[in-house]
This record gives sequence, C-alpha cells and structure tokens, in this order.
Amino acid sequence: MSKKPRKLVIAVTGLNAIDSPGPGVAVIRAIRECPDFDVRIIGLSYDALEPGIYLHDIVDKTYQIPYPSVGTDSLMDRLRFIHEIEKIDVIIPNFDAELFNFIKISAKLNEMGIKTFLPEIEQFNARDKMKLFGFGQKNGFHVPEDKLIHELKELKKIDSEFDFPLVVKGKFYDAIIAHSTEEAEKAFLKIQAKWGLPIIIQEFIRGTEINIAALGDGNGNAISIIPMRKLYITDKGKAWAGVTLEDENLLELARKFIRVTRWRGGCELEVMLTNDGKPYIMEVNPRFPAWIYLTAAAGQNQPSSLVKMALGDHVEPFTAYEAGKIFIRYAWDHITDIREFQKISANGEL
Amino acid sequence: MRVRKNIATSDEGFVFNPATGDSFSTNSIGAEIIRLMKGEKSAKELVEIFCSKYDVDKALFERDLEDFTLQLKEFNILE
Repeated sequence: MSKKPRKLVIAVTGLNAIDSPGPGVAVIRAIRECPDFDVRIIGLSYDALEPGIYLHDIVDKTYQIPYPSVGTDSLMDRLRFIHEIEKIDVIIPNFDAELFNFIKISAKLNEMGIKTFLPEIEQFNARDKMKLFGFGQKNGFHVPEDKLIHELKELKKIDSEFDFPLVVKGKFYDAIIAHSTEEAEKAFLKIQAKWGLPIIIQEFIRGTEINIAALGDGNGNAISIIPMRKLYITDKGKAWAGVTLEDENLLELARKFIRVTRWRGGCELEVMLTNDGKPYIMEVNPRFPAWIYLTAAAGQNQPSSLVKMALGDHVEPFTAYEAGKIFIRYAWDHITDIREFQKISANGEL
Repeated sequence: MRVRKNIATSDEGFVFNPATGDSFSTNSIGAEIIRLMKGEKSAKELVEIFCSKYDVDKALFERDLEDFTLQLKEFNILE
C-alpha cells in the first residue's frame, strides 16, 4: 500500500515567468509533480503583473509582499499575517535580491513553524560576484579575473589591465560585453543607472555556456547535480532551450563547490567551458535557476528534495539522471480579467 | 578509431554526444559506419565490408572514410 501524500502549504516567490524568468513557476511545477506531497501553493509576489499570480492551476493563492529594500521588519509583518491565514509549512525564496532578508529572518520563521532551507550568510557572501575571484583562488576553481570599479574615470586605463573584449557587470544582474573603452563606458552608465555601484569589470572567457543546478545538504554533500548546456540563448543571455549533459568533470566541479562551501539549499553554477576543457565559474546564483524543472524531468527533482530537507527528512543523494533531456521554453498569452488584476493591485491578494 | 562509450546514435543517423550536448546528423552510410565502429571494426575491416557490399572504388572509399573519421574526431565522437 502506498503512503498517503503529505499535506503541505508551500510559499514560493519568483512568479515572474517573463523573458528573463524567475524560477518560481518551475519550482512549483516540480513540487506539484512529487507524489509524496499534496500541496497548497501560496505565491508571494512583488508586482501585480507577475504571470504566476494568474496561473490558478499552478498557484492556489497569491499575496504581495514588500520589496526587499523595505527591510526585514515589514517582510516579517507581512509573512506573519499570511501565516495566520495559510499556516505555511515551507517558504522557498527564489530571487537573489530577497535572499539576504530571508536568510536573516529564517530563525524567526522557524520559531513560527515555517521551514526554509537556505545557505548561511557566510556561504551566501562567499559566492558573491564581487568576491568570486578571491573565492576561486582560495579554493582552486578557475574564475575570470575581475576588478570593481566605483567611478567612470577608472575605466580610462582599464585597457592596461584587461584585454578587449571584457565584460561589464552589475552587482546584482546584467552583463554587457564591451569591445572598446567607449563601449565599456556606455555599459558602465547603463548598468550603474539600473543597479548602482560598484560595477564589475570581468575578463571575457570564450567557450561553451553550461549551467549546473545543484542542491547541497549543508554538510558538504551534493544531493543532486544536473549540468545543462544552453542550446538557445536569448538577447538577455538566458537559456531558452537546453539539454542535460553527462560529464564527470562538471559533476566533480559542482561536488567540490558544495563540499568547500558546505552549501545548504539550491544553487546554480554558471560555467564557461573553454575549448581546452577548462571549466571557468562565471557566477554562482544562490538559488534554483529558472530551468529547474529540467532536473525533475531528468530524474532528480531538486525542489521536492529541498522541501523534504527543509522539513527535516533525510534525503539520500541521487545517483543517476537522464542525459539528453531537453527543455524548450515557450511564450503563451495567458488571458485573465481586469477584476483579477484589480484584486491583486488593490488588495494585495488574489 | 573507437566511438566514445557514451555516444548515442540512432538508425536514422542522428548522433548525440551527452558530454557536450552536441548533436549531428549523418546520411545512412555515415550511420552504418558509426554503427560498425561501435562494434569495434577497424578501418581495414570497414573498407572490406563496404567495398564488398556497395559498388564503390576502394581508394575513393578509403579517402572518404579518412575524411569522415577526422570529422568524428574533431566533434569528439571518437576517442
């Protein structure tokens, strides 16, 4: 006789399934497919036009939450309110910019009975893109050289330190490849206006773009690792199609990352594999990627394993997955009614 | 001239390298060559098999096989 699925209420952020998508909808899809759970999904949104809010077969109920810049007190107040109604078992935050706040309040959430499975602040900070080069040097990873720039004039002499092309990156998001000082200055101003200072100048590495979704147990063990090669890349650099790979070197790279950081939770390693086979870590995202459903499709359901670990279950590391599994993202015009938009806009709930 | 162990091939001539994510299409002769290579046939054996099976000039086939083998190596299909 099969075990009865566990009834759970799981709150998820990152419902912005847009051209540069948040991972929320994919995380929910994977969790809903897990036969061990009978879930009610609570969406936590920032913007009234996040598509996931209106996908009622994906998200049962959505509440708006305050932007990360407002701080943890407002976030706690809002979550307390939602918890009183919904009795949340687990929260899975999926945005880089909100993670710091969620990590900070995770102990308080735990006291309220809401479980999370997030990295420690030290782990979170160690992989920060502004510290990535030092992290790589300390732990023996290939990482591109970089330099933090605080003023436009520092770019004038950048050609003495970096060859062109180089990459101009924002501290949270965005990366622009610049082929000259003029292009670098333009990119600096554009990214500064959006994400502020400092700006990161990074060595350009030529190669094949590979992303690795990994899940660590917090004790140095990798529960799951799925490498994926981008097959189709959007103008924002996002994978619109990708295929799972079978490459022991990539698996070992992710195992080593999880081991040295004792990573707790989901993460994504953005890797550039050079023609001579060197895997450069370009960035480490401290949460699941938007393509995370592919891990479930390939046989390692990372989001549902995270839920189990958040609830204190012992989860054995996966040992196999299917290489050659492809995801192809598609755009779909979902139709809703102005009344739905009005409800989430005016009441902060839908 | 050994096909890498993890290379997936189909009868239609589709070749997938799961280590790199690359995929290729060959014609039916290419597919037959890869299938025989997977069965550990040497170049000499391949020449014998194809020249007895098809109406083909031996020297021409040897040259084409060498070209094809180089391509397979370049694409990491062969060890």
